[in-house]
Amino acid sequence: MGAYVNPIYPYKSPADLMATPPQRKPLIVIGAGPVGLAAAIDARLQGLEVLVLDDDKTVSVGSRAVCYAKRSLEILDRLGIADEACGLGVSWNIGRTFLEEDEVYQFNLVPDAGHKRPGMINLQQYHVEEMLIARALELGADIRWQHKVTAVTPHDAHATLTVETPEGTFDIKADWLVVADGARSPIRRHLGLDIEGRVFQDRFLIADVIMKADYPAERWFWFDPPFHPNQSVLLHKQSNNVWRIDFQLGWDADPEEEKKPEKVIPRLKAMLGDERPFELEWVSIYTFQCRRMTDFRHGRVLFAGDAAHQVSPFGARGANSGFQDADDLMWKLGLVIKGQASEKLLDSYAMDRQFAADENIMNSTRSTDFITPKSRTSKTFRNQVLALAKHHPFARKLVNSGRLSVPSFLTGSVLNTPDAEAFEGNMVPGAPMDDAPVQVNGQDAWLLNQVGKGFQVMLFVDAPLSPDVLAQLANVSLHGGSTPLRAIASPIKPTLLIVVPSPLNIPGMNVIVDTQGLVAKRYDAQPGTTYLLRPDQHVLARWRTLDTDRLQAAMARALGQVGAQA
Amino acid sequence: MPTNTPTALNTAPNFHEAGRRFFRDFSPGDEFYEHLIDAHNGLSDEQSEALNARLILLLANHIGDLRVLREALQAARQTD
Repeated sequence: MGAYVNPIYPYKSPADLMATPPQRKPLIVIGAGPVGLAAAIDARLQGLEVLVLDDDKTVSVGSRAVCYAKRSLEILDRLGIADEACGLGVSWNIGRTFLEEDEVYQFNLVPDAGHKRPGMINLQQYHVEEMLIARALELGADIRWQHKVTAVTPHDAHATLTVETPEGTFDIKADWLVVADGARSPIRRHLGLDIEGRVFQDRFLIADVIMKADYPAERWFWFDPPFHPNQSVLLHKQSNNVWRIDFQLGWDADPEEEKKPEKVIPRLKAMLGDERPFELEWVSIYTFQCRRMTDFRHGRVLFAGDAAHQVSPFGARGANSGFQDADDLMWKLGLVIKGQASEKLLDSYAMDRQFAADENIMNSTRSTDFITPKSRTSKTFRNQVLALAKHHPFARKLVNSGRLSVPSFLTGSVLNTPDAEAFEGNMVPGAPMDDAPVQVNGQDAWLLNQVGKGFQVMLFVDAPLSPDVLAQLANVSLHGGSTPLRAIASPIKPTLLIVVPSPLNIPGMNVIVDTQGLVAKRYDAQPGTTYLLRPDQHVLARWRTLDTDRLQAAMARALGQVGAQA
Repeated sequence: MPTNTPTALNTAPNFHEAGRRFFRDFSPGDEFYEHLIDAHNGLSDEQSEALNARLILLLANHIGDLRVLREALQAARQTD
């Protein structure tokens, strides 16, 4: 056992960036945190040049964001670090909620089998950042440490940045600027942009404790436990024998006093029992706000992650929603930078992610109001929900110890084409795609690893192919699985993915075998059912037959070429 | 109450709204709970108590079925 030591990343002289000033870059990202790094990796995967500027020279100090949800892991899978993160992290699906000493409620994040990734992993933010940095560098991202952006001047077709380094200050221009500089966002403040919401009057103590313990890998949450009466406590297991314990302290607690080891250690001993040896790795006192910027897009300047929106920590909706921001933003920005879509497409980034931020804020506010009631009446209701939960299933469902991060259903996205035919299930236009086990070339694989590669058309066919389907395929002039659907008159052509119920060779096509029937079940598919998919693994449109005219219209909409929604 | 009597009171999760689709099973209940707490916003404890009384009376009349109401009263009396 031993405490984590932060790596120091080497400072690189900005001499090259200072030569012939001001230089102009296609894409600059401010902030090498999880969100900025995810954006940079995505940019490199699309072959875009990216410069990342960060005022620090190391990863997160303290474990900070420790819960990475299934959707984040699916995004990290596409970015190339999910196996590493899952290997080091602690996977879990079960959350238990206790009132005093009794368990009152239990949830399972992924109750049905057949998903590649678990509901959640716990992993210290510094480990995640180290992995992201290594991946970004491997892909050729240009990360500059100790480069502090002190001013941003937006223009119509670029932004000018002033950058302060140990070797002096220089200006540099960016065609596109992604601001991911965290909750305090110096750039947001510098630009005088509004961020509005609610401040919660409560204080919490985070203690990261190194100890050997055989508690299961589950999330445990206590209301009013005997070792910390009248307040809540949360326990999470992290990697390398580090445990996160979160104590509610109340608004009157003195943060400086509470941080002292002589105050923290008795609290931990009361919880853990006197005998167990432990070492304190990190302590922090926090308060929080739920708020978001009015608009995530300001011309050429795009805000993402905590810089754009903040939530209470109950529900792990901070870093997780930040990854989703990057995931939503980068395919759109990539198309715009490559001249394949109008910059209007980026308005849909703001709209999609503002909608998601509102949902995250709503859920985290509801959790916070349940966990920390603000009036006597509110507390009475909370306590009586917990009392009823012992006997009544409806009350268990109302117990809100944090609704853990799940992706939003972007049902209102302007990029969607509404259903014209009847479908069962959840894979509506705007839905984040469900995973499912499949086979590819005789090997076990996962559906989500087959998508997320540009726009794709997922076509379900019967085996053997019926004459109807063969005629359809001929009609859209398919030439090989990686060849775009040529009949689509769109600047971007989706590629075709064929889903079959049992092994079937269709020469030159990407074929996935739905060995357990779970793809067809989760997508309510019949032979002929056709899904149009976003590059970030969301459903755009679906039909019962493949029709090139409808596909073409849906593609135009998906590229932001249709302003008003039908 | 003999154990073999079927209960009239529904204690399974039951919050819903016609025409709305909830993708997460906790959402409709959380929404009700938010409305409930919001309704008390800014009230004194005494005013909240009175609001609760009015609310119970309104809902009881809406339910109407005395068998359901008796079971609900009995379930609410139980405190262990």
